Amino acid sequence: MKPLRDPAALKALLGDIGERARRLKRKPRLMEVCGTHTMALFRSGLTPMLAEAGVEMVSGPGCPVCITPNAVHEAAIAVVTGVEGVTLAAFGDMTRVPTRLGSLQTAVPARGSRLRIVYSPEEALDEARRAPDRPVVFYGAGFETTIPAIAYTVRQAAAEGLKNYAVLPALWLVPPALRAILEAKDVAVDGFIYPGHVSAVIGAGPYEFVAGEFGVPGAIAGFEPGDILLAIRSILDQALAGRPGVALEYSRAIGRDGNPVARALMAEVCEPFDAGWRGLGVIPASGLRLRDAYAGFDAGRRFGLGAATADGGTDPAGCRCGDVLRGVVRPEGCRLFGTRCRPDAPVGPCMVSYEGACLIHFKFGPERRGRG
Amino acid sequence: MCLAVPARIARIDAPGQGTASYMGSQVKVNLSLVPQARQGDWVIIHAGFAISVMDEKEARETLRLFKEMAAAFPDEAA
Ligand code: SF4
Repeated sequence: MKPLRDPAALKALLGDIGERARRLKRKPRLMEVCGTHTMALFRSGLTPMLAEAGVEMVSGPGCPVCITPNAVHEAAIAVVTGVEGVTLAAFGDMTRVPTRLGSLQTAVPARGSRLRIVYSPEEALDEARRAPDRPVVFYGAGFETTIPAIAYTVRQAAAEGLKNYAVLPALWLVPPALRAILEAKDVAVDGFIYPGHVSAVIGAGPYEFVAGEFGVPGAIAGFEPGDILLAIRSILDQALAGRPGVALEYSRAIGRDGNPVARALMAEVCEPFDAGWRGLGVIPASGLRLRDAYAGFDAGRRFGLGAATADGGTDPAGCRCGDVLRGVVRPEGCRLFGTRCRPDAPVGPCMVSYEGACLIHFKFGPERRGRG
Repeated sequence: MCLAVPARIARIDAPGQGTASYMGSQVKVNLSLVPQARQGDWVIIHAGFAISVMDEKEARETLRLFKEMAAAFPDEAA
């Protein structure tokens, strides 16, 4: 996909974008919902070029590590420190989030317990298959992109009668979070770049309310610089025409209907509940938990952990991560940014994750380019 | 965490399980979410699972569009 990085093509698109931005009544502010888009924008140096073209970009809540409240991270730590002989499997980023109890990396495991970093939920399941006497808890975190894979492991464990496998769910749904941001009105968003890989599962339909109820345009984008610029041009075209919609600018990878097989699996294993997000608070039907039929695979229920429900836990003192996730504050607006909070000594999760706005701004931001 | 990459299915190993070639190496991929995928198809892989089968016609169309845009600015050619 090298042509999607071709400087000449990108320049042509930036020219189109600048021309359209000038015709709008006010400078458009667009939110890239997904942390992987934030990374792509900064890495490729597009953010300053877009600013020059008259488009302001703000980062959104699309970082599962970041929006998972500390209460949930602390529940994961409680598993590995409080239960003997357990393997806690987790995605790498999830293990470095600082809490009152330290992080999964710094916590001292109970006797015979250990932490294992996995890339795929199936690796956690394989671990449970290999040693049926040893409990394996997968700290399953993610958006709609990842949830089907996590649901797969639960259904599979049930089918195989694997009694030693459980999931500690931190499963988040993107559309309800967008509604919360639009209803809170504390940041004016003129358009959304929708996450390409969440959309690979849910399709375009679940974003229609953004255009229909709130009149805000949007486009689903891929992750090459050219993909993102195409989406931005489409959003500005919708705004100029006064016809907001949900454009699909990633049709080589996904269809408008997403992946019905993946959605059916999610629905079979999980059910929605009112989940508490860092920064956004409790949002109706925005999280998933395991259905009662799979209760035996819920680590929270099995080990009697305080369920990851409404209590958001305590944010680290001085950390503005919650405001960063709502797009209200830029990472540079946090007093601790780059001073007390740095990638090698993060204070909040937004400085931990590779999709966290603070880490990305620190590594690639204009004032700090070349650091880290 | 929603990082996902395109890769080609090198072979189907068992129902729902396959091997994909990604940047010169062979990786295990779970195909349960894309039952329609066949050997030779390009898929989007996230956390070890293929979540989508790519549309080669659309991919060619996107490439054509970008080549056209690049051709309009020949002095900037990479
Ligand atoms: S810079 Fe650090 S302390 Fe400040 S908001 Fe970001 S993660 Fe939190």
